Amino acid sequence: MKDSKKTYWKGLEELAQDESFKKYAQKEFPEYLPVNLQKGGFDEDEGSSSRRDFLKLMGFGVAAASLAACEAPVRKAIPYLNKPVDVDPGLANYYASTYVNGGDYCSVVVKTREGRPIKIEGNTLSPITRGGVSAQVEASVLSLYDDARLKKPFLNGKASSWEEVDKDIRGKLRSISTSGDKICLVSNTILSPTTKAVIADFQAKFPNTEHVIYDTYSAEGLKSAHQNLFGQAVVPSLDFSKAEVIVSFAADFLGTWISPIEFTKQYSQTRKLNNGKKTMSRHYHFEANLSLTGANADYRSMVKPSQEGLAVAALYNAIAKKAGAPGYNTAKVDVKFIEKAADELWAKRGRSLVVGGSNDPAVQTVIAKINDLLGNYGKTIDIETPVNFRQGSDRQMAGFINDLKGGRIGAVIFLNANPVYNHPQGSEIASGLEKIKLKVSTTDRMDETATLCDVVAPDNHYLESWNDAEPKPGHYSLAQPVIRPLFNTRQVQETLLSWAGSPQTYFDYLQDNWKTNFYQGDDTGLGFQTFWDKLLHDGVYEHEKAAIDEVSEDGVEEAFEGNSDLSGAFAAIGKNYKADNGGYELVLYQKVGLGDGSQANNPWLQEMPDPVSKATWDNYFTMSQADAEAIGVTMTPEGDTSYASLTAGGQTVKAPVLIQPGQTRGTIGLALGYGRSKAGKVADNVGANAYPLASMKDGVANYSVHSDVSIAVDAEKAKIARTQTHQTIMGRSIIQESTLPAYKKDPAAGRVYPKIATSEGFKAPGAISLWKGHEYNNHHWGLIVDMNSCTGCSACTVSCQAENNVPVVGKQEVLNRREMHWIRIDRYYTSNEPEEGLGKINKLRAMEDASDNPEVVFQPMMCQHCNNAPCETVCPVAATTHSSEGINQMTYNRCIGTRYCANNCPYKVRRFNWFKYHDNDQFADANTSMNSNLGKMVLNPDVTVRSRGVMEKCSLCVQRIQAGKLEARKENRRPVDGEITTACASACPADALLFGDMNDPNSRISKALKIKEKDKTHVEVGEPRAYHVLEELNVNPNVFYLTKIRNKDLGSEEA
Amino acid sequence: MSVTASVRKPLITGGKTAHDVTEDICRQVEGKPSKLWFTAMAISLGALAVGGYALIMTLWHGIGMWGLNKTVGWAWDITNFVWWVGIGHAGTLISAILLLFRQKWRMSINRAAEAMTIFAVICAAQFPLVHMGRLWLGFYWALPLPNTFGSLWVNFNSPLLWDVFAISTYFSVSLVFWYIGLIPDFATIRDRAQNKISKAIYGALSFGWDGAAKTWMRYESVALILAGLATPLVLSVHTIVSFDFATSVIPGWHTTIFPPYFVAGAIFSGFAMVQTLLLVTRKVYKLEHYITINHIELMNIIIMVTGSIVGIAYITEFVIAFYSGVEYEEYAFINRMTGPYWWAYWSMMTCNVISPQLFWVKKIRTNLAATFILSIVVNIGMWFERFVIIVTSLHRDYIPSSWAMFTPTFYDIGVYLFTFGLFFTAFFLFAKFFPVINLAEVKSILKSDSLKSKKEETINEMQEVQDLENN
Repeated sequence: MKDSKKTYWKGLEELAQDESFKKYAQKEFPEYLPVNLQKGGFDEDEGSSSRRDFLKLMGFGVAAASLAACEAPVRKAIPYLNKPVDVDPGLANYYASTYVNGGDYCSVVVKTREGRPIKIEGNTLSPITRGGVSAQVEASVLSLYDDARLKKPFLNGKASSWEEVDKDIRGKLRSISTSGDKICLVSNTILSPTTKAVIADFQAKFPNTEHVIYDTYSAEGLKSAHQNLFGQAVVPSLDFSKAEVIVSFAADFLGTWISPIEFTKQYSQTRKLNNGKKTMSRHYHFEANLSLTGANADYRSMVKPSQEGLAVAALYNAIAKKAGAPGYNTAKVDVKFIEKAADELWAKRGRSLVVGGSNDPAVQTVIAKINDLLGNYGKTIDIETPVNFRQGSDRQMAGFINDLKGGRIGAVIFLNANPVYNHPQGSEIASGLEKIKLKVSTTDRMDETATLCDVVAPDNHYLESWNDAEPKPGHYSLAQPVIRPLFNTRQVQETLLSWAGSPQTYFDYLQDNWKTNFYQGDDTGLGFQTFWDKLLHDGVYEHEKAAIDEVSEDGVEEAFEGNSDLSGAFAAIGKNYKADNGGYELVLYQKVGLGDGSQANNPWLQEMPDPVSKATWDNYFTMSQADAEAIGVTMTPEGDTSYASLTAGGQTVKAPVLIQPGQTRGTIGLALGYGRSKAGKVADNVGANAYPLASMKDGVANYSVHSDVSIAVDAEKAKIARTQTHQTIMGRSIIQESTLPAYKKDPAAGRVYPKIATSEGFKAPGAISLWKGHEYNNHHWGLIVDMNSCTGCSACTVSCQAENNVPVVGKQEVLNRREMHWIRIDRYYTSNEPEEGLGKINKLRAMEDASDNPEVVFQPMMCQHCNNAPCETVCPVAATTHSSEGINQMTYNRCIGTRYCANNCPYKVRRFNWFKYHDNDQFADANTSMNSNLGKMVLNPDVTVRSRGVMEKCSLCVQRIQAGKLEARKENRRPVDGEITTACASACPADALLFGDMNDPNSRISKALKIKEKDKTHVEVGEPRAYHVLEELNVNPNVFYLTKIRNKDLGSEEA
Repeated sequence: MSVTASVRKPLITGGKTAHDVTEDICRQVEGKPSKLWFTAMAISLGALAVGGYALIMTLWHGIGMWGLNKTVGWAWDITNFVWWVGIGHAGTLISAILLLFRQKWRMSINRAAEAMTIFAVICAAQFPLVHMGRLWLGFYWALPLPNTFGSLWVNFNSPLLWDVFAISTYFSVSLVFWYIGLIPDFATIRDRAQNKISKAIYGALSFGWDGAAKTWMRYESVALILAGLATPLVLSVHTIVSFDFATSVIPGWHTTIFPPYFVAGAIFSGFAMVQTLLLVTRKVYKLEHYITINHIELMNIIIMVTGSIVGIAYITEFVIAFYSGVEYEEYAFINRMTGPYWWAYWSMMTCNVISPQLFWVKKIRTNLAATFILSIVVNIGMWFERFVIIVTSLHRDYIPSSWAMFTPTFYDIGVYLFTFGLFFTAFFLFAKFFPVINLAEVKSILKSDSLKSKKEETINEMQEVQDLENN
């Protein structure tokens, strides 16, 4: 076609190529805004708003206004105007401090994030606790954020101010003082020398002041014994690490007795085995309740409290015979292993230790004498370095109560003590208080005692306070505040100083005291400040010149004359103990979790399963199967049982019955620390208060009742929430155990090597794998669990809970078997050997019942981080996957909650968020750390708070691993072995958990496992004790267990 | 169209003509619903409402409303899921496999059976959805959809994902198959419709069916193709459902016998459910001439055979557990029989293994009441089978410390009730508004016997003879 040159123009404008035409020629549509917002932008007539525009604007305006009126979440993120030097968002700071609760002591390191303390770790610099912690210490950080804490001082039941309170009290104290009436300061043991100085100042100001000290679990008997024998009313230092034979008469030294963290550290050293060390301590235990310590014993004998004195006497006589010391005639009592224990104690003279939990001075005297005969003083017992953990005097307290009842006291100041609740004569104290003119409490909450007081001057939490402590003479420990007081509270020391008229702050006072009494100058010439800084940095300090002061000034009356004549003690034993007491006997004990109940409002402790019974949220009568049957109680494995009413000494207490294997027949156990009525919403009305059942006998507290105990079953049914309802191992090789003699012959004793039948004969499970394995080029994390060291104390459980924001679910949900703990401690009892000739089914059935006095084994169980993980394959959305460092990781955001992974987990360690546990009224009373603004301060910001419908489980503390790796990278180095560890391993006072990098041949874990070679599918381990739980499945975990070795004689079947 | 042996008995009795068939079936669709129907519907809706409450509470508060725990992560949810899926097998089996095998007797029952399949699969599908902790994410994260998260895919290793594919495929194929079959019948109803509304609705539903020979030809080839597609699905769906268990490591789940055993069990329960529903429909809609005693007997024979297969599977499982020498496996099976859930195991054994053996007796398998009762017993047994597999395997697996019991709550039961409500509501709507028997196909077998030239009297005579034989 020929090109047409014709053009058509649309109008004259185009032809003329007007400027105005050219301007708009390319724009088909005119630029035109229907709404003219800018005045003068357009022509006047075009720009004027039409009615429609008006309506549009109106509509928009109304919509915008109503949107703006909706409450949008206001999230304030205000940067520091002046940033504190050490506070960097996202980075944790650690401060050394000291946990002190009455006489319980632990040197700690507090982790703070953005100024909030969120986690307690042990302080490895402390020569006493050596980095160990207990569940109570771990949980104490949550007590800081307890809603039940008082937020201001109270005067005559009304909220007040410190000025008013101080004015009121100063005036009253002055008038009481001048009138000559007695002022009593009532406290539990005070470890702080500076606090004692404050009290001394107070006494100087008000000379008629008496300082009454009592312990919630008295050790008066022990002190009396040492007074009798050595003239020093002290609790000596013990060293279990040097003891090759340990005999304990109901002293729960690993759980609750005197200094359990320290003792666990020492004890566990004697239980470790490896190539170099093939010796273990042998531990005999004689007790009525099955305690945590008894559960760890090699030989445990069941003794009624009414026989205990006689059993101790029998041991004394056996030892005395060997030592050539005079024997004493006592009633014969049939207690297993006394003779055997005596023989071995004698063989290991000076390397043995006999301890007793009894508060009877006579029994303790005989025990002390046994130790004396064995030459243990100066070796395993150090009376020169007594411990200050139990300074209370029952007699002094009894005197106080008498005065109280007689109205001979003008003013009482309870220094954080709560005797109305935790003293056996609490109700007498309560009624006696009515007659007192001035009643003051410094407790942190409106507790049972404080509610009866006129003035409550709340103390700070220990994490908000300055303080020091002297656990043993010469050993000091500093406490520094890691957060400003959350509420309008004041340190008790400062309160006392103020009432005594001193304007000094306690911090100045403390520093002054240290300057004058402890600072000895130094060669460096850097001065006190450097000394002080180092003190705070280390948290602990050892003083060269150990001075024993004020330990024997309590005026303990001497019950027996003479230092070596035990006839008085034996006469008392003969009188008070019987070989064949017919009736029921009651034994009051403390639980590892709740202790004396002072931290009862702490849900972590309430939900921590009792290490032995595995029960949560309750105390209960522990009874043997036979006794329970006798009173008509049956208990299902699921915890359905009956209430029973127990009457002793005129007091009746109602609690559920729990059938406890290992409970001595004829005895009933009941835990103290429960039944709080004014502790807060978590603890109130949980369990029954057992303190009234304790009695005062010859001036000392007595925690067992031998006679006139009656128990009757109630019609009312009860449910005990236990985290483990099946008690025996059913003959499975999940627990692999042996005895020491067998181990000495063959370090692989007790090991089970599963083999799988193939066409080419039997092969190890790993040899026929379908799995391709994983390449670990950087790290390969692993964990060892030494079942020989683990005492079951459960510090790891609470430590993990704090570290990983693990929710508390409350009693009902534990009953529903939905507790959330990432690390649990499985506790198995042995069952009786099934009779010969039983069929398979009957045999299995017989294995379900625990023996009357079972052996116990503890197996910490957490995610095994399988290399061939069954959970990983079944997740439809790949929410759980394997990391390049051997960790089985959960991606919460991806999880849709099918629970298939949990079903397919052979170890059953996965935990599902059945409900929304945070910000949910249903859980507000139990899960306090996720349901109030105050409680939420304890959450670890590095760990997601899981939403409902999501699966969770142990992550091997991946956030700590990441933090450690980052730290190393910042310094351009590899992470050092031991620098990164999990929360459970760092908490363990027995060093039963060892975390590390298996790719590093020099790491402790590689050495402990004696890793021979590693490839993609396999870690060849040379340590004969190391095994995988359920090796036959070839899930190939990164967690190894070391066999349990009991120090028993070969062929001894008896427990 | 067909060659039949001279001894073959008529499939449809009562001398029905093609017009009779149309009348008999369409009467239900065109007439006013009866009081009985309204009552039944009210009960179903009641169940739906109560169950709906339980369902909403579960969705609102969380899976914790159920009785599950750390050890038993699945119980009623997956039990019900597998149970409903199993029931959903009969329809497709009848219409697909029996079509391929040219079993013409299936034509009277396939429509209702397929409807039942569809509704059962819908009910089944509720559970994998509802059982998820985070349904609001799960229902699309479980699908391999392109997304903005980068290369974030589903885990193709997971049997749960296979389930997603298996169930959705099965559901779509069954639905299409069923609907295609309905089209000519909808056209019949459309052509007979008296008022505009039903004419419009059935007109729309019948996709402009014109009844031309070409249309019929296409119809038949589509039916055949879909039957071919559906046949492997009948076998695959429950095989894949069984993989949820078979590929795991849990003793009692980790079993290679599961696929055939599950398929047999599914057919077993599916036929039982067909019996339950059809016996009622037959009675209420007076369809005795279409669904004859012969049909019922044939289905009972299938129940008996599959029940025996299931029984053999149970025993095999048990023997293998012993033979394996694996202590966990042995314990799992001893625990099933003698442990705390012994009653579930023995209910299962009684209902599934012993009760269908009664069908060896001809009197029982041709007795309507006995068939009805046994069909319900079988489905109770099959529910227990899944409960036994899921709960008793999980509640005591490897680590004794974690052993636990499962107790259902109101909400477990409620969600199950919800699916019952859903199922029966759907089924009653179907029974009222859709032709319950395939008109077109049944008309093709009216004269399929060798007596077609004889008179009606003779036919009646034959009927009497047959009745005599039956008794």
